[in-house]
Amino acid sequence: MSDPFHSQKDEIKRRLEGRYVGAVPHNQALNLRVVDYRPEHLALALPYREDLVGNPETGVLHGGCITSLIDATCGGAVIMSLAAPRRIATLDLRIDYVRPALPHQEVICDAHCYKVTRHVAFVRAAAHHGDKASPIATSSGTFVVFRDDGRRDDDGVSR
Amino acid sequence: MRMRDAVTAVRETGDFTEIQEAIPYTRFMGITAELIDGEVIGRMRYSDHLVGNAAVPALHGGTLGALMESTAIFKLLWHGETTAVPKTINITVEYLRGARPEDVFARAEFTRHGRRVANVRVFAYQDDPERPVAVATAHFLLVQE
Repeated sequence: MSDPFHSQKDEIKRRLEGRYVGAVPHNQALNLRVVDYRPEHLALALPYREDLVGNPETGVLHGGCITSLIDATCGGAVIMSLAAPRRIATLDLRIDYVRPALPHQEVICDAHCYKVTRHVAFVRAAAHHGDKASPIATSSGTFVVFRDDGRRDDDGVSR
Repeated sequence: MRMRDAVTAVRETGDFTEIQEAIPYTRFMGITAELIDGEVIGRMRYSDHLVGNAAVPALHGGTLGALMESTAIFKLLWHGETTAVPKTINITVEYLRGARPEDVFARAEFTRHGRRVANVRVFAYQDDPERPVAVATAHFLLVQE
């Protein structure tokens, strides 16, 4: 019995790297890298870089680039949860910094798109240094999914 | 320059140049702040690498979050009582409309400025402050743990 997802996994990863990470200038500027993908899940890594540091005395990355990493990973998890390519936009994103990030270490974000309705997708995510059980930040976000003419519904709420 | 000295410079002169230069990430992002009529106004200068959707085109949502978090911190440094840099407890960003590939500005309001925790609301806008592209609610820890 063949698993259609498994046989396509390398191709999906190439598409994510080329069209999502590679085609988005800011994702490329941060050198985001696809770490893992399975249906409804995406993991991206933000490599450590001196020019992304938020406090030069501690060497820890700035919260802003972690926000960009989490936003990008959550959006990618939504895109890969949809049956057909759709334009999406972040409605809101909440990030809780549960413990300080460590200096000189890359940050990995794992995002899970746990529910998609006709117009809205719901995502949970965690950012960590490699151990999912010990997150730096936890996050939840909602995304609007554009269906027809690319316009956002007036109230942005799913029906 | 040490962070403490850069923070002291903000306190004494209201000039954010030194702190912006001291933080590698704000240099990378082109994020600055200045006092305009006594109000701390954050600014993110447009650069091609800030784009999130080249087709629309629109700025990356994460960059708006970065500008708003930085503006809140700059305002807390200006109004704060110690040289400790506030720590972000959490931030919620609401995206209201696409941000065009141009400069973005931000203005912060303290909902409550306690001794330990500050609750801050931030508005990011482009040409019209009354039509924000994004708003954020954030909590900051003001004391060392």
